[in-house]
Amino acid sequence: MSKIKIVNLQKSFGDFTAVKNSNLTINDKEFFVLLGPSGCGKTTTLRMIAGLELPTSGEIYLGEEEVGMLRASERDIAFVFQLFALYPHMNVKNNLSFPLKMQGYSRSEIKTRVEEAAKLLRIDHILNSNISSLSGGDRQRVALGRALVRRPKAFLMDEPLGTLDAEFRELMCLELKKLHIDIGATTVYVTHDQLEAMSLADRIAVMDGGEILQADEPSVIYNKPATKFVASFIGSPGMNFISIDQGISNEQSTLNIEGTNFNIPKQYEISKGKKNSFGIRPENLSLTNEGGLKGSVFGVEYLGSRKIVTVKTNFGEIKVKTDISTSVKINENVQVKPSNDNIIIFDGVTDKSLKSEFMN
Amino acid sequence: MDTSRSYLEPSSFSKKLAATIIIVYTVITLIPISWMVMTSFKNVNSAISYPPEVLFEPSLEGYVNLFTNRSRQSQEYLDSLPAPENWYEELVRSREMVITGPSKFLGRYSNSMIIGFGSTFASVFLGALAAYAFSRFRVPLKDDLLFFILSTRMFPPIAVAVPIFIMYRKLGLGDTHLGMIILYTVVNLSLAVWLLKGFMDEIPKEYEEAAMIDGYSRLQAFFKVVLPQAMTGIAATAIFCMIFSWNEYAFAVLLTQFNAQTAPPFIPTIIGEGGLDWPAIGAGTTLFLLPVMIFTIILRKHLLRGITFGAVRK
Repeated sequence: MSKIKIVNLQKSFGDFTAVKNSNLTINDKEFFVLLGPSGCGKTTTLRMIAGLELPTSGEIYLGEEEVGMLRASERDIAFVFQLFALYPHMNVKNNLSFPLKMQGYSRSEIKTRVEEAAKLLRIDHILNSNISSLSGGDRQRVALGRALVRRPKAFLMDEPLGTLDAEFRELMCLELKKLHIDIGATTVYVTHDQLEAMSLADRIAVMDGGEILQADEPSVIYNKPATKFVASFIGSPGMNFISIDQGISNEQSTLNIEGTNFNIPKQYEISKGKKNSFGIRPENLSLTNEGGLKGSVFGVEYLGSRKIVTVKTNFGEIKVKTDISTSVKINENVQVKPSNDNIIIFDGVTDKSLKSEFMN
Repeated sequence: MDTSRSYLEPSSFSKKLAATIIIVYTVITLIPISWMVMTSFKNVNSAISYPPEVLFEPSLEGYVNLFTNRSRQSQEYLDSLPAPENWYEELVRSREMVITGPSKFLGRYSNSMIIGFGSTFASVFLGALAAYAFSRFRVPLKDDLLFFILSTRMFPPIAVAVPIFIMYRKLGLGDTHLGMIILYTVVNLSLAVWLLKGFMDEIPKEYEEAAMIDGYSRLQAFFKVVLPQAMTGIAATAIFCMIFSWNEYAFAVLLTQFNAQTAPPFIPTIIGEGGLDWPAIGAGTTLFLLPVMIFTIILRKHLLRGITFGAVRK
């Protein structure tokens, strides 16, 4: 297993730049997730690490070796495709032994390795089955098995759970995590599903428009998003934004919105312009009778253990995650107030979060 | 009225109609073929009798005549010979003839086999490689090239017979197996490229990407993963190529005389006494039909099988 490092990586298709000047270091034995909406360049980045696309410029290090221009077959990595890409003309056993045959292992060595992998993934009972007779989950396991028989330097996975149904996806998520703990392989995993990313990743890189916006642990990505995009993309529902027509000065610790003063974490950065936004997650807001933003209840969603109340204010709809015991009626006048100081001010010019006591 | 069936299911009337049409069509197509096979088992007289005989006493005379050269002898000479050693000699003697040697049919037939299968293999192999390249790589002027390849089929091949004849004479390719294989391959290649490109486009590129990740080169991935997937297309293409080169007549007449002459120009030249030897021609044609028939039957299961049998979810 090795660490993976990409330096100033760029990929263009004609006029379109799919990946812009990206830098990343993925540590040895880390489960690293590339997260972003479709077309953000995450799959292209992964394919460049795999050698299925050659970078336009930049370097890719696998361990100490620069592999950017090497062929896929020379890189010693394994790739799990979204559509599995199991060879349909071979049975499960032959699919698993296919990568080993190329490397010139003896017949008995291949047999041992295949059986070992099959046992680990609990597919040893279907080794002689045809691929077409397998369920989605079993195909997924065979695809993982084909990746791990070779004991490659790294595993790359391109939305491997994307085609499974919801119930199975959850199960496979757990299995993947357990597998990763068992074999401790460096894994780069691409997905557009933030829940999948949050539950699997040691670290997440959020990408948009070909750029890596933030790469950090899931809790940091969630609580301290580096940009407005990250804040809105992560979380369900996403972060609330309230537009404010005022600049932010250094050491500022209150903010006047509609005549009410709100305490904000002490700011350490001056905003570039006069149009900024005030971001707060639904669970950090509470409903109150006074001292908050005025609005009326627009909708209530029950989530079992919590409720999400949508409040219509002069700043648009604001979602508040409240206790299940809170009872509000539609069209009731309420006020919304931060319940703690997990508040982030986003610069209107750069869309980046401003440094503060909270965002240090 | 039967209301239980779905609108998507054909009614029993249309099923019967379809069956009737198919049976009638099959019978119409099979009449000439069965007449040909029957002729091959008639003797010279019953083959040309009028009204035509549908029920007749079968004879292997046509097949014997096809494979042998014979000469007519006087009864005294025949009587002076030792008794015939086998059934076909006896058959020939009963017609007051003796066998003077084997005919050229077997040689012509094996020429047809070599040229037919050789050019089919070459067309499919080269066609598959070209189709793969067109399907996967960013070939400059791809569409123009594909059109150019197809344009070679927009005129009848015989239109270029004269230049090819001259060219082949200069190059020493006339009346050679290689020359005929090249010629048929050139004619078939455009069809092969176009047909196979369609099939290659259907094969998800993830298969060969997976193989390349697994340590195989692109060419190895092509042979081990792409080609087995393309079997349906390869079978269909091979059958079309085989039928063309097997049946081709005009170029075979023009370019081959002895060495590389194929069966089609040879069979009609089988002349018996006082006219064409219809049973022998029938026998030659029947035997000529067999390889393509067997070839098609063998490849049929690939034609009917689905391309990817569902290993990739779409």
